[in-house]
Formats: sequence, C-alpha cells, structure tokens
Amino acid sequence: MLELRGVARHFGGVRAVDGLDLDVRRGEIFGLIGPNGSGKSTTVNLVAGVTTLSAGSIHLDGIDLAPHPVHERLRLGIARTFQNIRLFGQLTVWQNLWVAQNSPADRARQTFLGRWLGGQSGVRAEIARLLEFSRLAHRQDELATNLAFGEQRRLELARALATRPRLLLLDEPAAGMNAEEIGQLRDRILRLREQGVTIVIVEHVMQLVMGVTDRIAVLNFGQKIAEGTPAEIQRDPAVQKAYLGGD
Amino acid sequence: MDFYWGLLQLIGIHSLLGLSAYVVVLTGQVSLAQAGFFAIGAYAAGMLTVLRDWHIVPALVAATLAAGAVACAVGFPALRVRGLMLVIATLAFGEGVRLFFFNFDYQIAKGNIRVGPLGGEGFRQIRYFPENGWSTFHVMAFIWTAVILVMAALWWFDRSRYGAVLRAVGEDETAAQSVGVNLTAVKVSAMAFGGAIAGLGGGLYAHYTTHIEHANFGILLATFAIAYPIVGGLASVFGTVAAVVFVQGFLVEGLRFLGDWRNLLFGALIVAAMNLRPHGFLDARALAGLARLWRRRPAGA
Repeated sequence: MLELRGVARHFGGVRAVDGLDLDVRRGEIFGLIGPNGSGKSTTVNLVAGVTTLSAGSIHLDGIDLAPHPVHERLRLGIARTFQNIRLFGQLTVWQNLWVAQNSPADRARQTFLGRWLGGQSGVRAEIARLLEFSRLAHRQDELATNLAFGEQRRLELARALATRPRLLLLDEPAAGMNAEEIGQLRDRILRLREQGVTIVIVEHVMQLVMGVTDRIAVLNFGQKIAEGTPAEIQRDPAVQKAYLGGD
Repeated sequence: MDFYWGLLQLIGIHSLLGLSAYVVVLTGQVSLAQAGFFAIGAYAAGMLTVLRDWHIVPALVAATLAAGAVACAVGFPALRVRGLMLVIATLAFGEGVRLFFFNFDYQIAKGNIRVGPLGGEGFRQIRYFPENGWSTFHVMAFIWTAVILVMAALWWFDRSRYGAVLRAVGEDETAAQSVGVNLTAVKVSAMAFGGAIAGLGGGLYAHYTTHIEHANFGILLATFAIAYPIVGGLASVFGTVAAVVFVQGFLVEGLRFLGDWRNLLFGALIVAAMNLRPHGFLDARALAGLARLWRRRPAGA
C-alpha cells in the first residue's frame, strides 16, 4: 500500500533519513522503532508531506505523493497525529472534529446542496460516533486546551480519524501515558485495524509496539538495520547492539 | 445632539474597519493593508456618486466588491510570507495605495466646477448626503444599518464550519494543514472578505467626511484597524466594536479636555488595557458570564 524507495532527507550535512526502503501492506499495523534521532519522525513527516524529500520516492497505492501538498495527501487518505500534541486549543472538542472533516465525502455533505439533502445530520452522527469511540462524548463542549493530557491524546487520534484515513500515521501515540491508558490505546488501535485502516506507529514504548504490530522496521542513523515480526526483531543482534550499544 | 450622532457615525465607520481586520486576525495574520482597502473603497464609492451620479447603495456595493477583489489579488502573493514579513508586505501595499491616490487625478467638468480626485489636493465635494437632504441622524442610521448587517453576517459566519476553520488556522497552521485544510484558500478568502468589509467602511467614510485625501489612509489608520480586534478580543465581533467605542468614544473624544496630554494618556491606556485584559475586553470567559446573566434575569423576574 505504502512504498518508500531510496527515501532520503538531509538537513544541511545531517542525513536524518538516508536511503530508506519500506513496504507497508494493506491492513497491517507496522511499527517503526529506533533510538532517538534515528529518523523515525522525519520519515512520518516525509510521508505526511510536512517535510520534502531530498531523494527517492513515496507511493501510496501506486500514486506518487511528491506533487501533492499536505492537505491533498489527506484527501488521498493519509492522516497523522503529532509527537507533541497539536490541538486547536481555543476550539471545543466537537469543533476540533468538525474542522477535520475534509474527506471528499464529508466535503460534499457540507456544500449547500449536501446540507439541503440532510448531510448535516450525517456529519453530526459521524462526530458523535468518533466521540463515543474516544470516550470524549461527555467533554464535547469543553475547550480542547482544558482537557487532561490523556484526553488530549484521545482527541488528537479522533481528529485524525475524522478525516476518514486509509493510512494512519501515529507519531509516539503512547508518550507520557500510564500503563492503563496504553492498554486502552492498544484496544483502540486493534479496533481500527478491524475497520480496515492501515496503521504505521512510531513508538518508544516497547510494551505497545511489541504487543500490537504485525511487522516492525528498526532505524538507526537514518537507515534500516532490521525488519521482521516483533519476535524476530527482539532476537536480532543488530537491534540489540543499536539499543544497548557496545560492539 | 448632532455631536453625538456625528460621534456615532465615526464609531460605526471605525467598527467596519475593525471588523475587516477581525476576519484576517482570526486566521493568525497581522495585516497592515486594511487602510489601503479602506482607501480603495472610499475613492471608488466617491467617484461613482460624484462623477457618475450613482445612488449611494449601488456605489457602496461596487466599492465593497472592488476592495474585495483587490484584497483577493493581494492575498495570493502576500500570504506566502508569514509573521513579520507579512506585516512588511502588507504595510508596503498600504503605502503603495496611499501614494497611488497622492498622484491620482481624474477630474471632469460638472456645471462650472471641476470635480473628482486631484492628487495631493484630495477629492473634495463628495456631497451625496447633503445634496439629497440626509440629516446627520439619517446618515448615522444608514451607517449603523451597514455595521449591524456586517456584524450579523460575521456572527453567523463565526458559528459556521468555515468560522471554525479560520480559527483553527489561526491556532496552528501545521495541524490545520494535516487535517486537510487548504491554507492558501482559507487565508486568501479571509483576506478578500476582510478587504470587502474595509471597502464598505471606506465608501461610507468618503461620504461622511465629504473630503478625502491620501493622508487619511496612512499607517495610523492601518494601526487602528489591527488594534481594534486585538484590544477588543477575538472571542466575538462584539469585542471589536467595544474596542472602537473605547478608543474613539472614550479616549479620543472623552479625553479631549486634557488637551495635548491626551495623546500621552491614550498610549498609556492602551498598554494598561492590554495588561489588564490580555485576551481583549470581551474574552470567552466574559462572554460566557454575560450569557449567564442574560439567561438568569428572565428566570428571576
């Protein structure tokens, strides 16, 4: 579904991502791990279009993403969350989800004709469903800035889902969460896969990555040093070396 | 009484100027071009009623559309830059408009006098209101009809999805983009709407003062335009109007007895207001409080 070929991104002399090949298959949960500064977040930003490629190509279902700016990639079905939460703090929870309804189907509903044909009730129902899924229904009229940390994380995920993605990029979704919250996040990710969303997770929290992913790629210094199932990755000597150091 | 009607006229016109900036500030942009759009509206409407003998209403509609179209055209290149660079770019545009009118002559003979803009001399005799026998009160009512229509439109607009999108862009452009918002379309349309409102205000201003010249539309007016929504708060359109009443009604008129000391106090009061109410006079909490008060009163009665 998602194909990266020879992807590179240089910041001055720093090679944040250096000749990366990745294949994410439809319907799988794909983990991207590696030590700090290994290029994981840069890879997410390259796929989302926030950062431009220095070399290589990225295709989604055969479509070259290079000519598409960020907001168009979303319409192709790519959504993402941020490592440091970026909500619209002065909008309510409900409005945060409303603003994100930019998929082609939702845009058609929001036109004058679409609203006349009852599209607005469909929009409301969809937002209600997302609030239910994220257990935020009781907070829907609260300003996003007033939410607790865990709620903000849930809202950010819900906001990404409001764009109706086929491919969801999660950049450290469990950062700062306690064990119980990580368990709930895990359940939510698995439910999304059942709904047919392909998911790429960048994560440090091994409890989540090892428990939820189908396959994992390990990055170090912008290059892929291993790829395989969670069990294979845990046994891989190159991975142990990258994480634990030594020679 | 005419003094107060006159003051209300000025407050109405400045409210339109402030509301034009309000739309742009919502998207997080600081534009010093609003005085330029205001000038375009003023000259366009004045020329149509004086040189073409149009009725005031279609002349104002034309001025609104002309300023909106220019704002749209300016929006595309200007909004490619951000922050301080946008301030400089819009400032340059506003000064460009002012200098254009400084050099703009277009006079025709009407009876035995020549009318129309005459460069640095300005554009005199925009006498639609006195010629048609409108009293100060009529003009004031006409201006406030326009203000209330614009406020109602923006009030409705703030509650629409588009209003939420504007605020989302103002809060975090990267996040807005990543949920599929087309930043260029949103910023340019906000600029165009803001420009159109400024054009309407300018058209009314030209007929209110009867004499306009390039110096009316300088950096001071541009600064006022952007100060109103910031001092008043972005929670709703009422904040902007409250700020205009405070600045034009209280600071400029109310402190006239202080003579030259007024200007000093003027600056100090703006600084004090910003410190006491950093989110503007009417922030979200103040509005919620007012709404509760409003609901409680009928229940208690």
